[in-house]
Amino acid sequence: MADFVSGFWNVYVMGLVALSLLFCVFILASNMTQREEGPVQLHGHVWDETIAEYNNPLPKWWLYLAWATVIFSIGYLVVFPGFGNRQGIFQWSAIGQYESEVAKAEERYAPIFNKYLEQDLLTVAADPEANAMGQRMFLTYCAQCHGSAAQGAKGFPNLTDDEWLHGGEPDTVKTTILGGRMGVMPPFGPALGAEGVKDVANYVRSLSGLASDSLRAQRGQELFAQNCVACHGAEGKGNQALGAPDLTNKSWLYGSSEATIIETVTNGRVNQMPAFKEFLGDAKVHLLAAYVLSLNKK
Amino acid sequence: MAANTKHELIERSVFLMIVLTLLTISVGGLVEIVPLFFQKSTTSAIDQKGNQLDVKPYEPLRLVGRDIYIREGCYNCHSQMVRPFRAETERYGHYSVAGESIYDHPFQWGSKRTGPDLARVGGRYSDEWQRAHLRNPRDVVPESNMPAYPWLDRPAKVDDIEAKMRALNKVGLHKYSEEEIAGARAAVEGKTELDAVVAYLQGLGLALKNVR
Repeated sequence: MADFVSGFWNVYVMGLVALSLLFCVFILASNMTQREEGPVQLHGHVWDETIAEYNNPLPKWWLYLAWATVIFSIGYLVVFPGFGNRQGIFQWSAIGQYESEVAKAEERYAPIFNKYLEQDLLTVAADPEANAMGQRMFLTYCAQCHGSAAQGAKGFPNLTDDEWLHGGEPDTVKTTILGGRMGVMPPFGPALGAEGVKDVANYVRSLSGLASDSLRAQRGQELFAQNCVACHGAEGKGNQALGAPDLTNKSWLYGSSEATIIETVTNGRVNQMPAFKEFLGDAKVHLLAAYVLSLNKK
Repeated sequence: MAANTKHELIERSVFLMIVLTLLTISVGGLVEIVPLFFQKSTTSAIDQKGNQLDVKPYEPLRLVGRDIYIREGCYNCHSQMVRPFRAETERYGHYSVAGESIYDHPFQWGSKRTGPDLARVGGRYSDEWQRAHLRNPRDVVPESNMPAYPWLDRPAKVDDIEAKMRALNKVGLHKYSEEEIAGARAAVEGKTELDAVVAYLQGLGLALKNVR
């Protein structure tokens, strides 16, 4: 794409290209010498008193190949861009080639994607072929955070269990992928103090039956009621509308050790699921959501 | 002796030999490089169709992050150029255009991909993921062969930020105002190198991010 700031550069490129070609022609034309009868001429240089150089003509095969490159380059400049602003008779451009490649793929694959887009998510989730497609996309776009087997990592949800932060309804899962999610737990370290945080942590552990100090858990229950129920609910069951985790189950996003829970309560947690709507489009997200749902079927 | 006097003249005069050699090898650069300095699509923030792109000079923290990116040799394994092939745009997003890199001095396009391309990594993962991943990639991607960068959890160097910005004003297209330069130190102070690198990464490739 030549969009020069002035017309000079068009002429400049054409001039230099033409000069280079003419120079090649001149060099080749002035080296078309034939072998003469009689002994081979010497070049004229003499090194170390006796070492001289033959002045043989250039090998014919080499010479004609060199001529062929000159002719090829003229043909190339006629067909492809390269001679100043000229686009060449094929009107070829890298972007044009890319766009035709995309259009061709679109023609071939769009009907497949659209077929699934028209079906509801649970139907697609039961289709092995759709799941194979979903899995390949999952490995490309999602595995970095959620793991290649969707097992999750510390801070990144496991998608194979039946626990959901924002809800596991088919449409909710799709909404999550399309629009992304923001997970924010505010820090409670300043409000509760180190002892208070430890008490709450013990209470939280007791909710899911993990070992805890019963005295601390009792004190923690009061603090929990004052500070945590707004999001996590009175029984610690969480709130999917807010993305607040259920604290009574066996699923832990950041870990269930006392030290980790203390860290979570003290500093809070912030994490984000990026939105994929613009990047992947509805049809691909549909297949991804179905794949994620398929992981959950018992 | 007599056969080829022109040939001999050139071979015997070192000066003439040097001049003619330079002339010959400079043709490629004169034809293929110099005109790019005078092309709108390579010198201004526009895309392949001539639309204006929202590309701004790096803010101080991202500038520091960029230098850490270069210091740690990230470019040895990560390119920053999505080529116009469908296989690449499916994975990374819109292909890169020259106008996006006008404030990259020097650019980080690269040609070696041991890791994935990073030209459009901005916003693709959460800050939290980037932190965990830089500290130890295997914490989030067990299969990863990227080295860990745990030492980035240290204060970022701030004492040369003004000089850095002034230098870019001289050699690049940047036009940092005196006001921006004066406020730079405050923007970086108290931040870790990890903060700076994450800020840099999260800003990459946003100009054409949501265009397919």
